[in-house]
Amino acid sequence: MSTTGERVLIKGNEAICRGAVDAGCQCFFGYPITPQNDIPEYMSKVLPSLGRAFVQAESEVAAANMLLGAAACGVRAMTSSSSPGISLKQEAISYMAGTELPAVIVNISRGGPGLGDIGPSQGDYFQAVKGGGHGDYRQLVLAPGTVQEAYDLIRKAFDLAFAYRNPVMVLGDAIIGQMMEPVTLGSATTPTNVDQDLGWNLQGKGQRHPRLLKSLHLTDGALAGHNIRLRDKYESMERDVLFDNFLVDDAELIVVAFGSIGRIAKSTIRALRASGKKVGLHRPISLFPFPSQELDRLAASGKRFLTIEHNLGQMVEDVRLAIRKHADSDFYGHLPGNLPTPEDFEQPILAALGVRT
Amino acid sequence: MKNGKEAFTLPGVLADIPTHYCPGCQHGVAQRLVAECLDELALSEKAICIGSIGCSVFIYNYLLVDSVEAPHGRAPAVATGVKRARPEAAVFTYQGDGDLASIGMAETMHCANRGERVTIIFVNNTVYGMTGGQMAPTTMVGQRTTTCPGGRCADNEGQPIKMTEIIASLGGSAYAARVAVDSVKHVRAAKKAVRKAFEAPLNNLGLGFVEILATCPTNWKMTPVQANERIAAELIPYFPLGTFKDVTELETIEGPEVAE
Repeated sequence: MSTTGERVLIKGNEAICRGAVDAGCQCFFGYPITPQNDIPEYMSKVLPSLGRAFVQAESEVAAANMLLGAAACGVRAMTSSSSPGISLKQEAISYMAGTELPAVIVNISRGGPGLGDIGPSQGDYFQAVKGGGHGDYRQLVLAPGTVQEAYDLIRKAFDLAFAYRNPVMVLGDAIIGQMMEPVTLGSATTPTNVDQDLGWNLQGKGQRHPRLLKSLHLTDGALAGHNIRLRDKYESMERDVLFDNFLVDDAELIVVAFGSIGRIAKSTIRALRASGKKVGLHRPISLFPFPSQELDRLAASGKRFLTIEHNLGQMVEDVRLAIRKHADSDFYGHLPGNLPTPEDFEQPILAALGVRT
Repeated sequence: MKNGKEAFTLPGVLADIPTHYCPGCQHGVAQRLVAECLDELALSEKAICIGSIGCSVFIYNYLLVDSVEAPHGRAPAVATGVKRARPEAAVFTYQGDGDLASIGMAETMHCANRGERVTIIFVNNTVYGMTGGQMAPTTMVGQRTTTCPGGRCADNEGQPIKMTEIIASLGGSAYAARVAVDSVKHVRAAKKAVRKAFEAPLNNLGLGFVEILATCPTNWKMTPVQANERIAAELIPYFPLGTFKDVTELETIEGPEVAE
């Protein structure tokens, strides 16, 4: 566990582990897949030494269902994987959403579809944000853009999971997971919830009435009522929207980008600002809830938009929906297979600005 | 009761409500044995039940213990998560043959191989019941189902899987037995096996596993009496009853039925 204010140079994957440990993560269930292997490796070393549980599951499917079991007990628990493995976890994520269980799932995503590659990609935006599993549900999605944010957001993910009794995904990529940066650690005071009666969690009934956690609703009207209540919960998540605005006030063009791409675009924007180009950045940090109101506000003030992603265009659909009353968004997609540099985004931004080069 | 002692009562942990099971179905007997053992071992206050998918799912409506519903086949993985989060709980799954031996085969075998301190109650009625009688991994060769209408063919669909033998072969299991509930004698033996399957993990010895051969008159297209007779006539010759592993007594009894 960390000492408050301690500054360390660590990889994003380790920052996620240290954030989870400091957030009171009591159980971790994982399976090997690149580029997230540092996470189960770290957890296998550290959690048992703290008297907490680590299980290398027989499959991604099993790991996610072990998470479901631990979450049903009301303890802080998580799993991590990368894109193909996250696909396999979708069954349990749907069940946890339907059963309203608090759980944290980390996706250090890689290129796809299929086996793709082991480099960075943002091809899992739709899966994460639109619900990769079956049924009408939502999960909160947090996308760190720095290693510090990876540490901070995994802690926030646990708090949100329990605040809403809902799965929360932290969506990073191979850049966030493998990059080393200095991180200021926080306090390690969050409880693991092991002995807490949260009013719904399973502990063995003791002297009280038995509790049942399920997603099956067969009686007439029960499922509709359940879905309506879930919808209201998902709408209420709007109050936890997170984003980072950078030099937007006087900008003619706002670049919208998330995660590592938002971070790289910020460097491009700094360079273009130095040559007098009025460009700003809006970086959604919570992808669900999506910062639609803020984008609408920016659009209403007459800005133009360029969405940049590390895919063929996924978040851009949500950007266009958000700004549809006032504006449209251009799109530039950097495809997986190589790492984008700040220079890669210069021409697309200048083109969107209407600058002839 | 006048001039005598009460010989048969409702276990305290069993809800006093009618079940949804079809006439002649032996899930009711199986779940009653679980309830009696939970009562006798005083486990109801610290038990956590993992329901599975199939006719067995509604176990949580009948047992008055904390329960969670697992996705199809995943009960042993969910039980692993529950047990690792709450090591002091008495954790058990209640699963049918399609759930445990087909879609949940990996979860079942690895849970047993890790020696999770949990109990698995496996009700084998050789057919997918709730979905309407499709072929199960334990469907007998020649048995007709809606997805093997000509009868299960070993060349095409393989032989029925003998789960208890597989579980007994894994290092992490402490107790593995196959029982039936088609006669009073067998019910008594089944009760002892269920009790041992709960005791083994609680004594930190490993996983406890009981396979209960059971009827499905509806999908077997039989009367309850015919279905009950089929257990001894067709199932037991292929799925022999017995204790296949019992580290609680440090001996392995192959073949013979569980001792009375």
